[in-house]
Amino acid sequence: MTSADTAVSVEGLTKSYGAFRALKGVTFDIARGETFALLGPNGAGKSTTIEILEGYRDRTGGEARVLGVDPQHGGLEWKAKLGIVLQSSGESGNVTVREQLTQFANLYPDPRSVDEVIAAVGLEQKAGTRIKNLSGGQRRRVDVALGVVGRPELLFLDEPTTGFDPEARRAFWELIRGLKRDGTTILLTTHYLDEAAQLSDRAAVVAGGELVDIGPVHTLGPDEARVPIVRWSENGVVREHRTPDPGRVVADLFARLGEPRALEIVRPSLEDIYLELVSSYESEQEQVPA
Amino acid sequence: MTALNRTSPGPGNPGSPSAGFGVGRTLRLGASRIAYETRVYFRQTDTLFFTFLFPVIMLTIFSVAFQGMGNVGANPDGTGGISQAAAYLPGMIAAGILLSGVQNLGVDIANERSDGTLKRLGGTPLPVLSYFFGKMGQVFVTSVLQIGLLLLVASVVFGVALPTDGGSWMTFAWVYVLGIATSAVLGIAISRLPRSGKSATAVIIPPILILQFISGVYLQFSLLPDWLQNVAGIFPLKWMGQGMRAVFLPESFAAVEPGGVWDLGSVAIALLVWLVAGLVVCRLTFRWIRKDS
Repeated sequence: MTSADTAVSVEGLTKSYGAFRALKGVTFDIARGETFALLGPNGAGKSTTIEILEGYRDRTGGEARVLGVDPQHGGLEWKAKLGIVLQSSGESGNVTVREQLTQFANLYPDPRSVDEVIAAVGLEQKAGTRIKNLSGGQRRRVDVALGVVGRPELLFLDEPTTGFDPEARRAFWELIRGLKRDGTTILLTTHYLDEAAQLSDRAAVVAGGELVDIGPVHTLGPDEARVPIVRWSENGVVREHRTPDPGRVVADLFARLGEPRALEIVRPSLEDIYLELVSSYESEQEQVPA
Repeated sequence: MTALNRTSPGPGNPGSPSAGFGVGRTLRLGASRIAYETRVYFRQTDTLFFTFLFPVIMLTIFSVAFQGMGNVGANPDGTGGISQAAAYLPGMIAAGILLSGVQNLGVDIANERSDGTLKRLGGTPLPVLSYFFGKMGQVFVTSVLQIGLLLLVASVVFGVALPTDGGSWMTFAWVYVLGIATSAVLGIAISRLPRSGKSATAVIIPPILILQFISGVYLQFSLLPDWLQNVAGIFPLKWMGQGMRAVFLPESFAAVEPGGVWDLGSVAIALLVWLVAGLVVCRLTFRWIRKDS
């Protein structure tokens, strides 16, 4: 990948707060136009990573380039190409949705139309409402709207759909897919594994400040983690068998038992694989003497 | 939510206008921030009461309460002198300048730091200077209205005779401009002190209230003990009050000032020193966020 094709490049990124090492050498690249998800438990270092890339925190070591610029020294022209949706926002909100978006659109050289963005996040009915009078989910949509109104080349989304109802999340996914079609590069952190699976081209799993795995979402985890499980009930006991050939196992079962009771073939979900990745990382850490 | 369509040029599109991140943009954004900040100001009912209307309310209370005590500086037979409202007016104007700048911005910016507004703005291409212009413009607009209201109430309700000579109004203009600029800058500087938005009013309002008591706003300055006058003389409010007394009180009242004169030269110097000190503190300490908190 040449630097012109790379939106974000991170190498050996470390961050310490006093004696606590929040990041212990994280390396990844994000291509232009790619949607990249950072997954991991709370405290894994997702937000630290994203805030270093946004220019909010200084790294302790390693290299970082964001749109060709060291984020520690990004100027206004660099910021004009970014869209940032922070994890939390608590502004008192004595302005209406439209006033706030107009004010922010004004800061960018080539903003999107405010009405178009309001419609895109589904707040047409609330455009004239003061932000403080919106529900939590609606305020989160304002955050997203403020992040995209400047027509960013690179959009940071730090847990964007927290507080959304299922319908709003689906609609949000559509919005993100639209931005992706427009060529926007997106870096997303999320707790929702289905969200990462729906939106991202690639994902990285972070645990304890280290990158545990990286790749297209359907290839995450060791191969054996994706081996399906055949489960059935025999003499009142639940039995299960992990096998790459579930069809043959079921055929054998059928030959032996007739119609097996409570038969199911389970493919580990992304969530299962993710939980296994994180827990195997944690148990490895426990074995390492401190 | 629906997908955004691509009606206008996208990033990197050769058709997009050139960005132009120069002084012109800083000023243009500053002007748009002034309108935004001023609108938000008048939507905050607590600010409206404790900052905007406070001096008018206090002027009214003191003027009505002490009306029965007769005129200030009257002859032994009760003639002459000026009304209580006329005597309180310069101090209230000075207090208004202090409240609109220091108290208003100190609390406002501490809240914005704590609730994430500054963090959000720090992630946008808004120049810090434009943000400051917005705040200072808001202070200027709201304080002009505040003092206009004070003068109106003083003259219409309490019959205070306002100066008619150009010289007094010239003095008023420079004391006011210097005072409000100093106040606004000090408000930005002091906003670093509260550790959270919740504690902002508790940290900022009490010292400002005490300053009003020792600087001649509520109590006649010449009646304070010398040592307290000297303490007050360290801070800018005393000098704003002195400048405003020079504008609004009869010349004969200069006799009770320290040294027996209005001493406008010292007013100018004291305010300028505070203005420069405030600018230096702002320049050195203002950050959108504390980077490693």
